Amino acid sequence: MAAEGNAIDALGQFVLYPALGQVGAAVGFTNSNLYMLFAGALIVALMVYGMREAAMVPGRMQGLAESAYGFIDDMVVAQVGEEGRRFFPFVFTLFMFILFGNMLGLFPYAFTFTSHITVTFALAATVFVLVTAVAIALHGRKFFGYFMPEGAPMWLAPIIIPVEIVSYLSRPISLSVRLFANMMAGHVMLKVFATFVVMLAGLGTVGPVLSLMPLALNIALVAFEVLVAFLQAYVFAILTCIYLHDAVHLH
Amino acid sequence: MDDREAFAKRLADARAKRGLDKPERGKRALPSSTWGVGLRAGVEVVSALIVGVVIGLGLDRWLGTTPWLFLLFFVLGAAAGVSNVYRLFAPRTGVRKD
Repeated sequence: MAAEGNAIDALGQFVLYPALGQVGAAVGFTNSNLYMLFAGALIVALMVYGMREAAMVPGRMQGLAESAYGFIDDMVVAQVGEEGRRFFPFVFTLFMFILFGNMLGLFPYAFTFTSHITVTFALAATVFVLVTAVAIALHGRKFFGYFMPEGAPMWLAPIIIPVEIVSYLSRPISLSVRLFANMMAGHVMLKVFATFVVMLAGLGTVGPVLSLMPLALNIALVAFEVLVAFLQAYVFAILTCIYLHDAVHLH
Repeated sequence: MDDREAFAKRLADARAKRGLDKPERGKRALPSSTWGVGLRAGVEVVSALIVGVVIGLGLDRWLGTTPWLFLLFFVLGAAAGVSNVYRLFAPRTGVRKD
């Protein structure tokens, strides 16, 4: 598919197309949406099915559900503090959605919805709006003091305040670009090296031997991508926690 | 119930003495591999620059002051990027305070 005409089509995997046949085409339901639904359904299935028995000694699925819960619970309490517990559902949902999106994308033929900047930016914008709303709700007008650090001389205010505002506004951008760029770069690399395997294999007698090199590299890359998939979901969640900490405590 | 509380207290004391209880804060930090930190720093600078440039171009178009506000906000964006990177390496103040 990719090696046709000796061209490397590394970006074709990110193309959106209507899913679910005629109905999907009519309402603009794409393969990206399909995988989002799929990820959501898998998360619900894991939590509901895993905790169905709620046994004292957990089985495999319950162990997985409980360790995911405990992992995020620890993170929220450690970063935001005890009063941050009420944000647990938000952070947990974000983390699981991104993690499942990243992991599902690693399956062959699957679509990675976190490799689209629109998706990651929508997630980051949600975080940004929530964090700002929490800060204003908790601190009222004092929130705007956040843009003027204590102890800075007053005459620097015309410089510091715009810089702080730009820095604050850059949060959703850096949050979304980091996730999107990591996922996209990983999948492009996988596709490029996979194409090399096919191209080299068709190179006569030495081809199949040579094609083992990109194949070995791809195997290592898949393992690396599993790590990245987890790490990026983790980074997204922990940065959300850090921003929530700033919103709750204002420095 | 008294028994149970007394036991919980003794257990907590014993755990504290042995240092089994994890410290309250700072246990989970961002991953700090060289590549990870480098990429984060790059993303922080670029995103601050993007915000600065977009604000500058938008204000210029609105107020018809091309290109002055763009130049101003480009510099502000660069400064914000540097401050983002500084914050990346500076210890977070709120964490130690409480």
